[in-house]
Amino acid sequence: MGNNILVVAETDDGAVKKTAFELLGKAKALAASTGGAVHAVLIGDGDAASLGAYGASTVHHASGAAFSHYNPAAWTSAVQGAIAASDAGVVLAAAGPQVRDGFARLAARLGAGLATEVTELRAEGGAVVGRRPQFAGKAFSDVVIRSAVALFTVRPNSFGVPEAGGGSASVSALAAGGDSKEKVVGSEEPSSDVVDLTEAERIVSGGRAVKSAENFDKLIRPLAASIGATPGASRAAVDAGYAPHNEQVGQTGKVVNPSLYIACGISGAIQHLAGMRTSKVIVAINKDPEAPIFQHATYGIVGDIFDICPMLTAELESA
Amino acid sequence: MKIGVLLKQVPASDSRIKIADPQRGVALDDVKWEINPYDEFALEAALALLDAKVASDVVLLTVGGADTEQRIRDGLARGATAAVRLDDAAFGGSDCLGVSRILAAAVKAEGITLVFAGKQAIDGDNAQVPAMVAELLGWGYVGEVDQLEVTGAGAKAWRAAGGGARDVVEVGLPAVIGCDKGLNQPRYASLKGIMMAKRKKIDVKGAGAIGVDAGSVGASAALVSETNWGEPPARPPGRVLQGDDAARVKALVAALRDEVKVI
Repeated sequence: MGNNILVVAETDDGAVKKTAFELLGKAKALAASTGGAVHAVLIGDGDAASLGAYGASTVHHASGAAFSHYNPAAWTSAVQGAIAASDAGVVLAAAGPQVRDGFARLAARLGAGLATEVTELRAEGGAVVGRRPQFAGKAFSDVVIRSAVALFTVRPNSFGVPEAGGGSASVSALAAGGDSKEKVVGSEEPSSDVVDLTEAERIVSGGRAVKSAENFDKLIRPLAASIGATPGASRAAVDAGYAPHNEQVGQTGKVVNPSLYIACGISGAIQHLAGMRTSKVIVAINKDPEAPIFQHATYGIVGDIFDICPMLTAELESA
Repeated sequence: MKIGVLLKQVPASDSRIKIADPQRGVALDDVKWEINPYDEFALEAALALLDAKVASDVVLLTVGGADTEQRIRDGLARGATAAVRLDDAAFGGSDCLGVSRILAAAVKAEGITLVFAGKQAIDGDNAQVPAMVAELLGWGYVGEVDQLEVTGAGAKAWRAAGGGARDVVEVGLPAVIGCDKGLNQPRYASLKGIMMAKRKKIDVKGAGAIGVDAGSVGASAALVSETNWGEPPARPPGRVLQGDDAARVKALVAALRDEVKVI
């Protein structure tokens, strides 16, 4: 396999997801060191040519009904076809439910090495080396892949979205499809239209001190809404029924990587810290000045969330 | 129907993890071990089908040394009917694909038609093995499942689709299901279960017994290697805001807006 880099670009409702631009920016920097070209495989309906502005020289576009819902056979055949067409030695995709599923299948099918959820990528001696959190971020290691095709999934928000440039990409349609053993017979939309925790730029989380689901709705969700943040919760809050399990942040929930994480009434148990410690700015609001969360906070307020959160919501709404 | 449950032991989620040697990895001598939390949901899903008489057997499959037997006993005490520990000198140093080849061979050798696995293990956080096992077997796979209905012929599973959305997916058997939190409430072992588990035998099988090519697993076949281990990057020191509530709230908003520019 060659030294080209292939980026998997996902779409959402006809638009290219911003994680694609983030990965193209990193791929462009890596390719400058490894001497290859950057290709993209666009999956689903979206503006393929726009990927050129972020560094893709060629876009392999797989679109049509087979890609309206995640169909593992069609998805993996599209990426497999693009790997062959692009002569790629490195393939990057944003870590998410479909990519986790599809990349693991592809790795087993191709006999390719896969490293998941990397937060750094660098070129070293012509190869690409990843660095990834383990034990939910309590430790980190480099990952070196020695197969001809190396697959990496990247944790969203690891690199940031670059400025668009003036480049243009040539677009070629990719014939891909296939019948999956798994049939999607329905889909359930989320109850709110906020960004998924794992991709969120801003998160407001509530812990045990929130004391009830009603308080969670009264304190945490409005504060989150005031800055377009995704609500999150500690394991204690989820286990007590204050918030649904898909909002749990931590080692046994979602591992998140936002620019801003506001922890309200969360003490900072090690398994929670593990899930959010890479947040760029952490705000802690807690009554207990000894709470471990303060050791990790950029800004701390020692105070009662029942007083502080409504004031903060009002201040942010008027800001 | 014979159900397989992929069971891994991991350091408890409240463990502190220290680096033993930057080239080799973490120090695990002092940690408390437990069943991977997501595997507990997998085991519970299987036991519920045993209770409902949809399943006839629930077989635990663990890749690992004798030190894993306490966790396997825990699984047997909760109600699993049999256990196979997959252990061979040739298995050491396997990457995820190697471990998946071992497990896929064992699933086939045991005559299993439905596999439950945790969506990921909370040590390596790789989230690769369940889908790889399915791919190697040529079976259907649904991962990150938090709601499930199983009939004799197939399963209907609700899987995460990103952003809180879920796909409802039907898959025929044989199949592998990756289990997420929310799927069920794992049971504890009963005293009777614990007593009965002491009499259950844990089979130990190597490469030959399950028919996996020893050259396709272990350190020499591993495509992914981990080096240069380290602690998480240190965070810059922060500050605790002073003043009355109104002043601190104003100071916080100003800092977020002007100092770190995140709002």
